Amino acid sequence: MILSRDTLCDLYKAMIIIRLFEESLVEPILSGEVHTPCHLCSGQEAIAVGLCKALSQDDYIFGNHRSHGHFLAKGGSLRALAAEIYCRETGCSRGRGGSMHLIDPTVGMLGSAPIVAGTISLAVGAALASSIRKDGRISVSFLGDGATGEGVLYESLNFAALKKLPIIFACENNLYATHMPIRECRVNRPIRKIAEPFGIDNHEVDGNNILQVYDKVQQAAEACRKGSGPVFMEFLTYRYRGHVGPDDNVQGLHMDLRPQEELAHWLEKDPIQRLERYIREHHVMDELELQSFKREAENEVQDAKAYAESSARPRIEEITRYVFA
Amino acid sequence: MSLHRKLSYSLAINEALHQVMSMDPSVFLIGQGVKSPWYVGNTARGLIEEFGENRVIDTPVSENGITGAAVGAAIAGMKPVVVHPRIDFMMYAMDPIINEAANWFYMNGGRANVPVVFWGIINRRGEQAAQHSQALHALFAHIPGLKVVMPATAHDAKGLMVAAIQDPNPVVFVDERLLYGLEGPVPQEIYHVEIGKGCLRRQGKDVTIVAVSLMVHEAIKATQELIDDDIDAEVIDLRTIKPLDRELIIHSVNKTGRLVVVDVGWRSFGISGEIAALVAEASFETLKAPILRVALPDCPAPASVMLENGYYPSARDIVQAVRRIM
Repeated sequence: MILSRDTLCDLYKAMIIIRLFEESLVEPILSGEVHTPCHLCSGQEAIAVGLCKALSQDDYIFGNHRSHGHFLAKGGSLRALAAEIYCRETGCSRGRGGSMHLIDPTVGMLGSAPIVAGTISLAVGAALASSIRKDGRISVSFLGDGATGEGVLYESLNFAALKKLPIIFACENNLYATHMPIRECRVNRPIRKIAEPFGIDNHEVDGNNILQVYDKVQQAAEACRKGSGPVFMEFLTYRYRGHVGPDDNVQGLHMDLRPQEELAHWLEKDPIQRLERYIREHHVMDELELQSFKREAENEVQDAKAYAESSARPRIEEITRYVFA
Repeated sequence: MSLHRKLSYSLAINEALHQVMSMDPSVFLIGQGVKSPWYVGNTARGLIEEFGENRVIDTPVSENGITGAAVGAAIAGMKPVVVHPRIDFMMYAMDPIINEAANWFYMNGGRANVPVVFWGIINRRGEQAAQHSQALHALFAHIPGLKVVMPATAHDAKGLMVAAIQDPNPVVFVDERLLYGLEGPVPQEIYHVEIGKGCLRRQGKDVTIVAVSLMVHEAIKATQELIDDDIDAEVIDLRTIKPLDRELIIHSVNKTGRLVVVDVGWRSFGISGEIAALVAEASFETLKAPILRVALPDCPAPASVMLENGYYPSARDIVQAVRRIM
C-alpha cells in the first residue's frame, strides 16, 4: 500500500497533536489544575488515528475511558476537548462530562464512557440503526483488553454476528487492565480468538504501526460495508502513562507498577518515531517540514489550553439543565 | 363515536405500536419473544407481517447486550422500544438503562438525547415465585434522567405507549400482565396521554387514595364499600410515577386532609414513601390524620397461592386503611 503525501502528513500531524496534548496534561494534573480523571493514551496514538482516518466522517465510533485520542482522530475539536478536560462550559460536553465523556455527533463521535465494556453494546446498536436504515455507515467500538472480562462483550459479538451488523470491534490490547497484567485476567490465548466461536472475522494488528493499522482497517471497513458482518481487530500496543493520570499513583507514591524494561522495550516501538522514520526514508517530508509540523502542533495545543483556561465554568443556576431533553 | 369503541389493554398497546411505527420509520421493536404470544401476549400481533423482521426484532436471551443496542440505536437517531417480557430479567440491563441511557444527555451536556422506551412487564401471581413476579418500577423512578409510566387502563396503555415512544428521553414503560385482558374505551385514532399527568378516577371529599397500575382498580372497588360507611373517597391514578404529578396530589389532599397511598410494589423505600414525604413537605398543616400506605410486605413474592393471597393487598386492605384514619 502506498499512501499519498497528504495522507501521510495527515496521519503524522494527528498523531503528534494527540501526543503533545496528552503530555501537556501531565503538569496540570500533578499541580491539581486538572482534576477530572484523565486516562492518557500516549503510546497508543496509531490505533486511534490509523483507524479513524480509514473511516468516513459519517461512520460512528464509541469510545471508552481512554478516548482523548479517539475524539481528536475522528475530527473532534481540540479546543472543545481541552475545555472539557478543564470542565468549562465551552467543552464538548459543556463541563458536565469531563475527560471520560467526550462526544461530537457532527463528526460521528457518538460518545465515550468509563463503565468498562459499557459502550460496546451501544456501538452494536448504532450499527443496528445503520442496518435498519441501510445508510451504508459502519460503527466502531473501541474497547480495551480489560473489557474482555465483561459478559456484555460476548452478548454483543453474538448479536452482531447473528444480524451481520456493520461493526468493527477494535480491541486495544495494551497488556494491562488497570493495574492488572492481562495474563492474570484471562487464559493466555490471543484475545482476537474470542471472536472465532461467533464466526467473526478476526485479525491481529501491530497497533504501533500506523500504516498497518490504516491498511487493515480500510479492508475491514470495506468488508463491513459490503454486508459481510462484523470484524474483530486486536491491536497490540502499550500505554506509556499509568492507568489514570501520569503514573499509577498508588497511595501518593507516583510509582509505575510495570517493569521499567517493559516500558523501555515499547518506547523503542514508538508509533510516532516509526512513522517519522518511514517519512524520512521515503523522502515524504524533509527535516524542516517535520519540524514545522511539530511547531504547528505545539501551537495548536497551546492555543487549545489557553482557550480552555480562559473559558467560563458552568453556572450553578444551570445545574439541573440537561437532565431531560 | 370512537368513545364507545372498546379494546383490551394489550391490544391497545398493540394499536399504539402499529400506529407509531406506520407514522415514523425510525421506530422499531426489539426484545426477547416479540414473535411469540407466549412472551408478550398479543401486544405484538401483526407487527412482523406489517413491518418485517427488520423493524420487529426477536432476540437471543441477552438482556444487557440487547438493551444496550437499543440505547445505541437511539443515540444514532432511531426510536427503539425494547421489551422485557418479565421485568425481573431487565435487571441484567441495569447498566445500559442507568449508567448509559439515563445519564447520557446530562453527562454529554445535551449533545445527544436518548429516545428509547424500556418496556418491562410485571407478571404477578400464578405461583410464579420471586423471580417472575417482581414490581421493580421504584428502582427506575429513583434515577435522574428516567421517566417511568404505569398505565392502569386500556386507554392509558395506548396513550402512554405513544407518548413514551415520542418522548425525546428514555422512558420506562411498566405494565401488568394481569391487566392485559381488561377492556376499556380506546379511541381508534392515534393520541397520547401526557407523561407526568395523573388523573382523578373518582371525586370525593373525605380521603385521597393515590394508586398506581393494577391497584387503581382495587382502589375504585374500595370506594364502593366505603360509601356504605358514608365515606366519600377520591381516587387518583398516577399514570406516571416519574415525574410525579405533584399538583394533582397536593390539591386533592388539601381538599380531603387525608391520604392513603397504594402501590403495586414493596412498602419500604418505594413510591408510597415518596408520595407521603411529598405531602408532608408541601401540605403538612392540612393533614387531619397520619398518612397510611398499602403496599407489598417487605418479602419476596412467594409461590404458593395460600401465601400469594396474603401477600398481595386488595380492596379490603384499602378499606381498612381508610377506616383507620377516619
